[in-house]
Amino acid sequence: MLRSCAVLVALSSLLLSGAAMAQEKIKVGVTATLEGTYTVLGEDGIRGHQTAINTLGKKVGDKELEFIIASTDATPDSAIRAVRKLIEQDKVQILLSPLSGDEGIAVKNFAKTRPELTFVNAASGAQETTYVDPAPNFFRFNMDGAQWQVGLGKYAYETKGYRKIATVGEDYSFIYTQVFGLVLEFCGAGGQVTNRQWVPLGTKDFASVIAALPDDVDAIYLGLGGADAVNFLNQYQQAGGKAHLMGGSIMVDQTILSAKGNAKNALLGTIAASGQADTWEDPGWQKFVKAYQDAFPPNKRFPSPSLLATNYYGSTMALILALRQVNGDLSNNQAKLKEALAKIELDAPNGKIKLDSNRQAIGTNFVTEVVDDGKGALFSKVVKVIPNVNQTLGYDPAVFSKIGLPSRTVPECKKY
Amino acid sequence: MSLVQGAHQETSQAAGARAVLLSWPEFNKPAVWLVAVILLIMPFIASGFFLIEIFATTLILGTIALSLMFLAGYGGMVSLMQLTIAGFAAYMVAVFGMSANTNISLGWPWWLATPMALVLATIFGTLGGTLAVRTEGIYTIMITLAIGAAFYYFTNQNWPIFGGHTGINTIATPKFWGVDWRSDIPYYYVTLGVAAFCYFAVQYVSRAPFGLALQGVRDNPRRMAALGFNVNAHRVAAYAFASFIAALGGVLQVWNYRQISPGSVSVGACIDILIIAVVGGITRPIGPFIGAFIFVILRTFALDLLVKFGLDGNRFRLLIGLGFLAIVFWSSDGVIGLWERWRRRTATPDKRPGGGHGHG
Repeated sequence: MLRSCAVLVALSSLLLSGAAMAQEKIKVGVTATLEGTYTVLGEDGIRGHQTAINTLGKKVGDKELEFIIASTDATPDSAIRAVRKLIEQDKVQILLSPLSGDEGIAVKNFAKTRPELTFVNAASGAQETTYVDPAPNFFRFNMDGAQWQVGLGKYAYETKGYRKIATVGEDYSFIYTQVFGLVLEFCGAGGQVTNRQWVPLGTKDFASVIAALPDDVDAIYLGLGGADAVNFLNQYQQAGGKAHLMGGSIMVDQTILSAKGNAKNALLGTIAASGQADTWEDPGWQKFVKAYQDAFPPNKRFPSPSLLATNYYGSTMALILALRQVNGDLSNNQAKLKEALAKIELDAPNGKIKLDSNRQAIGTNFVTEVVDDGKGALFSKVVKVIPNVNQTLGYDPAVFSKIGLPSRTVPECKKY
Repeated sequence: MSLVQGAHQETSQAAGARAVLLSWPEFNKPAVWLVAVILLIMPFIASGFFLIEIFATTLILGTIALSLMFLAGYGGMVSLMQLTIAGFAAYMVAVFGMSANTNISLGWPWWLATPMALVLATIFGTLGGTLAVRTEGIYTIMITLAIGAAFYYFTNQNWPIFGGHTGINTIATPKFWGVDWRSDIPYYYVTLGVAAFCYFAVQYVSRAPFGLALQGVRDNPRRMAALGFNVNAHRVAAYAFASFIAALGGVLQVWNYRQISPGSVSVGACIDILIIAVVGGITRPIGPFIGAFIFVILRTFALDLLVKFGLDGNRFRLLIGLGFLAIVFWSSDGVIGLWERWRRRTATPDKRPGGGHGHG
């Protein structure tokens, strides 16, 4: 008995020592999807985050930044668990989180329960996160899924001449938001979306989805990401699919374009829209691409940064610059930092970014087309650059709010 | 497992009021009292993180695994849907109670929503059990796993009630008597109270005539049927009881995270409950709590540990798997089995009485 008592006492003293902590450092918690369907996206997000640290350094005044990374799997539960671990165990003061759409909604809601901390969204892009009941301490420096589709609908209708399309997308908030942006613009221009199919995140067998794709459409829009997208493309090619394709922002992205195997070649010529374009000439973008390429050996990175790397770069950059503006002052519930973040105008690699009154980014969007660089590597080539895209996509806020929130069936295919 | 269980039957045959008290092996051992005291004063020892993320989480997962332990240990039925029942209760709390998703939540006060959730989850579990009792062994596992998987995919794609992949966020937690019952210390005591209640309820039922009959059904259903016991009715009743315990665990879980989404009821999470029960040992009610503690510790610290040794942190699941493999390899009846063997070995050279199965 005595021995077991001793063990228990030793255990509890161990737990006590865990509470001790040091200061002079500003602790920042970072989450990324390092497990599950979106693993590849999470890993490249962290590369973008690392690139930002390499470029900007970790010093803020006389304090040093310390980043602690936690892993999630794109489910809201895992995001909340990771964020709580970072706050309660690692005692971080600032969060750079999360990556995926539904995670964003959950973390935003969680942020309200910790109003003293600051949350900077890393890459998530569901509309609801900042549009419905936003949290005053949650800042998003990337555009949402609908903003990332601006320009695609018109380009498909006017330049490509598509009149009828069908969509296949993952069944969750971010892809709803993407399809929302596409449908508004495409149907507004006069096109028709005849069929919307939704598959659960993490689907491996797409046979029934592919069999149900309609034949009488001009193009099929794919709103898939990570392993799902690669699985779909493989099975689509094996099934002999030859339709014109259109891509969402994480479908036509280096996370898919540099996948191994031939499946990605189905994407050649695909038009897409996103918050970045791989071959953009802008010197700021080129500098970022070079910094990313120099930071990692070629076999441990993509040929060019993915949208996730760019988003993590942008959010890390916003945080570090805002912290420097206030000289690392986190007193008074980080009031100064929050004010600085709300006002900052970011010269991000993918164009100028500023925040609206909901702390949601207004930025630049890109319509792209997938091209081969001649050596077998695929890139997205800029077709059109659209600056100053806001969350209501140029609609009057009153009209925009009548459309409803993105879901499987919203918006209807009509002109609003 | 049936060998160890034999001990319970001997003890319960003892008569008299004093014997009833003594037949609860918990009350005459100093170590048990020490653990109880440590659990009670935990808020003074541990900080918020350890209190909630380690100990309260252990108690919640332990409670859910306890329901599996009851079914498997006393009823011989391995059910993989215990987490699903807990998740169902959690969803019902969100649907009937208050949350940020006003399209779904009915906005009932917690004292109405929680009993409703418990009742519905118990009914859900009992219905599932009614299906499962017609089968045995691996088929029970298959049927309950199928129920768990079906529920997961259903919640993932059903928007009107379950909120799809997004789930339901910002669920209201109880506040009354001027106490916010979700703040760390009150919440810890709530989980401790519920876990203790479930633990003693399982202890009690295992010695009550129903529990003894259930163990008889486990060991020889045909003979029990010949003796006039309704075998299926006993099994269904066992599912109902276990469902209620699992539902309590589910309610605690949703109060903890204030959020529920399909990831919480995934097939992987269902299997985690089985791992917890098996690692802890399914011969005694304390087993699931020990298993849950090991599971929570590994899940929380494996990543940090690997990084500390300069290894790739991404491999932390491997470490967790190896840990469980080691436990199950050296002891087929979990940590409880290791403990009992160790007790027996130390007891024999000393010629100390009270060795054997270590209680009674």
